[in-house]
Amino acid sequence: MQHQAQTMPATDPAADVAIDVDRISKIFPGEDEVRALDDVSVAIRPNEFFTLLGPSGCGKTTLLRVIAGFEPPTMGALRLNGQDISRLPPNRRPINTVFQNYALFPHMSVANNIAFGLEMLGKPKAEIRDTVEKMLQLVQMEHLKTRRTSEISGGQQQRVALARALAPQPEVLLLDEPLSALDLKLRKEMQIELKRLQHETGITFIFVTHDQEEALTMSDRIAVMSAGKILQVGSPRDIYERPAERFVANFIGESNFLDAELSAGTVRLKAGGTLFAATPPAGVGDGAVSVLVRPEHGQVRMGVASGDELPATIDNVVYSGDATSVHLRLATGELFKAKTANSPTQDGSGLEKGAEAALSIAPGAITVLRD
Amino acid sequence: MTQSASPSDKAPSTPAPTGITPGELERDLERADNKTRWLLSLPAIAIIALFAAGPLLVMVVYSFLTPGDYGNVKWQFSTEGWTNVLMQRDIFDDTLVWADAHLSIFWRSLSLSLITTLLTLIFGLPTAWFIATRPPGKREFWLFLVTVPFWTNLLVRTIAIQELIRAEGVINNVLRFLGIIDEPIQMMFTDFAIGFGMTYVYLPLMVLPVYAAVDKLDFRLVEAAHDLYASRWVAFRRVILPMIKPGIIAGSILVFIPCLGAYVTPRVLGGGKNLMFGNLIELQFGAGRNWPLGAALSFTLMAIVMVALIYYVRLTSREEKTDV
Repeated sequence: MQHQAQTMPATDPAADVAIDVDRISKIFPGEDEVRALDDVSVAIRPNEFFTLLGPSGCGKTTLLRVIAGFEPPTMGALRLNGQDISRLPPNRRPINTVFQNYALFPHMSVANNIAFGLEMLGKPKAEIRDTVEKMLQLVQMEHLKTRRTSEISGGQQQRVALARALAPQPEVLLLDEPLSALDLKLRKEMQIELKRLQHETGITFIFVTHDQEEALTMSDRIAVMSAGKILQVGSPRDIYERPAERFVANFIGESNFLDAELSAGTVRLKAGGTLFAATPPAGVGDGAVSVLVRPEHGQVRMGVASGDELPATIDNVVYSGDATSVHLRLATGELFKAKTANSPTQDGSGLEKGAEAALSIAPGAITVLRD
Repeated sequence: MTQSASPSDKAPSTPAPTGITPGELERDLERADNKTRWLLSLPAIAIIALFAAGPLLVMVVYSFLTPGDYGNVKWQFSTEGWTNVLMQRDIFDDTLVWADAHLSIFWRSLSLSLITTLLTLIFGLPTAWFIATRPPGKREFWLFLVTVPFWTNLLVRTIAIQELIRAEGVINNVLRFLGIIDEPIQMMFTDFAIGFGMTYVYLPLMVLPVYAAVDKLDFRLVEAAHDLYASRWVAFRRVILPMIKPGIIAGSILVFIPCLGAYVTPRVLGGGKNLMFGNLIELQFGAGRNWPLGAALSFTLMAIVMVALIYYVRLTSREEKTDV
């Protein structure tokens, strides 16, 4: 989680673009035509760890395959460092892919797999040997270089796939849910490993995942996708704390959606309480809106609500080790989940099911959503 | 049968179960198991002995006997049958000389079988690829089409080929109608006719195993190769070919071996003069009235097939070397 604190590379977004996805649509023809990508535009910066996040079928893998060159876009342009590469075949793009199931060549050794791309580029033998050695070192696989790829574990295959894709020193590395086949512990290790590799190689990483936690911990920026569209692009902090849409808020982290009234930059919850200052996203006018409050931004205490607090009844108290979740029913009948980190002085043990309680929401914790 | 065998065998160890060493019981059980296994496989062994080993044994014996005057054999030991596979006696002074006729037939059989295998591969691989890359529901239809010829008698199909390539046949008539040729091309009774016919007959035997291999091919590997800067041809050579090699080898065995012993196709399309191995053997048992030679030739063919099989097996087990 400490990785979240990493600062974004300071760049001028207009001039410094590695991959420019310009209004790309991808339509799979057929009886029931599928619009896998619907007018998608996004600019990915050099040396960025960029994540495409979304549920399965949202088009994130299709976008990756368009960038790799496996799928020609139906409409739109794809530029790499300002040059249009939409019509180039995959073997002529300086972009490599780490495939979801690694797609290692089973009839070759670990070293031959890593050397493959370099051989195809016609590099001299000595250089290939040196680079393969360096790559094996980078992914800590020197001891297994003569093994066949079927004789090594999933985590090791993952490292070989990474080394193979990194060896030709591509401008951009695409990673298609590379960690999804690994168990939790290995996945955590590889997350750190990937971040380190990206840092050491300085290559632009485009990472596809449906795992929001993975996206938040690893990315410089995240694009949240749904139904072939990019809904929001921003830093993990932006995406989590200031989601623009209900879908984004719902997909990332836990959310409470409450009905509210927006007028002149202030929000009043239907359920009561005080006025909140809020900046609505573009296109949202005064009137009825729905707002997001993250569970950890609600504080619950037993007793009658007073002042800025919202009256509520406790539906349930769930203890989960490091935190306690309190399920509340507000005066409007809306449900609210508040989550508090446990500490020696506060572990939720004083909260009683069915009792009357008061909910206070931290100032600035309210995000107005575009529905 | 399992019950009848095990109790009697286990009996010695059951009275004192505490006294036996850990491995003993397992060993006894295993022995009993082996016994039942033998009993169960007895019918299969009997059938193999009767219908496979038996006839072969008869032929081994025949190959060392003297030919009878009107076919059949005389019970008189002789190695003449085996000698005659490669050599023949000069009519006047009885010296042994190379049997050129036989050698040229061996050569024709080998070369035509190899060419046919190669041709079925050249035509079969794209066909198999085409079928394997159809949407899942449509492949069965194409596979069905490939197997349709199997339902028709081989002789009928061979005569159909004859209809295509004979002097007054479809191909010559079309070419003459188009003004490409004036005189019909002689295709019947040539090695070309045999190769053409065998390629047609054995093509499905190549298509099916290659299809199975292409069907199993992980196309993501092909994408990975392209992603790593391999052109289409290089991806084919370095990734696709090694992956579908088992299918190609299986198909080659299935085509090459029956080609070597082919009888009907060379008989109909090759006429009397372009003999192949199968025809030569048939000749010895028929008009040639030399059963020992026929038997010896059959074993020669078997030996060639075995050598070919061993070579193929070697080919499959060889793997890409690690050179980095």
